[in-house]
Amino acid sequence: MTVKELSEKCNFKTAAMPDGDREIDGCYIGDLLSWVMGRAEENNVWITIMSNQNIIAVASLADVACIVLSEGVTVEDSILRLAEEKGVNILLSDKRTYETAVAVYETI
Amino acid sequence: MSESLTFHFDVDGEDFTSAGQASVQVKKNLRRLGIPPEIIRQVSIAMYEGEINMVIHAGGGKADVIVSENKIEIILEDHGPGIPDVELAMQEGYSTAPDSVRSLGFGAGMGLPNMKRYMDEMTIDSVVGKGTTVKMAVYLS
Repeated sequence: MTVKELSEKCNFKTAAMPDGDREIDGCYIGDLLSWVMGRAEENNVWITIMSNQNIIAVASLADVACIVLSEGVTVEDSILRLAEEKGVNILLSDKRTYETAVAVYETI
Repeated sequence: MSESLTFHFDVDGEDFTSAGQASVQVKKNLRRLGIPPEIIRQVSIAMYEGEINMVIHAGGGKADVIVSENKIEIILEDHGPGIPDVELAMQEGYSTAPDSVRSLGFGAGMGLPNMKRYMDEMTIDSVVGKGTTVKMAVYLS
């Protein structure tokens, strides 16, 4: 399952997709960035409500496949430009975090 | 590779949002050197945590990454307030970070524990009022 396929099947909105063919393996949910860096695994889908610039560095360093911003959280254009530049995929979900996670679980 | 390679970075203490530039650069450099991906992930995350700590607590500092044949060392040095109780600071969940930092998703008290988790060796040399030096290493077998 690629990030692009996940986005389509779950009806997520694409905010940035510089690497849509990236393969997904598992999922991690968390808003505390150090916690995410300690626990998320390579190629995970990372579901969070954090939308500040630091998520780009965290996603990039932890090697997650994509960020999914749940609960209808939006993200500034400057951060999206950074995501494109750094090769970090960002998807948007209007659903609550729980429902977002369920959709990911049922899809991957 | 017989001689060691050193990458030096100055960590800007003023700019919290762009913290991580040094770690991302280290990641690129290590990838170019053909270091295994899992080691790169460990080193760059530990380095990022250290960078964030220097920005939050010490007004910046400097970082050196030394790559030799059998290990990668990271030396982080700042002239911040120092850590009065290192053992306490190493406990998961203990944090002295301000609320402004917590609202960005940091300050969970996981920074130093993460560094230890990902590195094979870690020592903290801290003098209150003078600064802190963290030395870490991961072995390349």
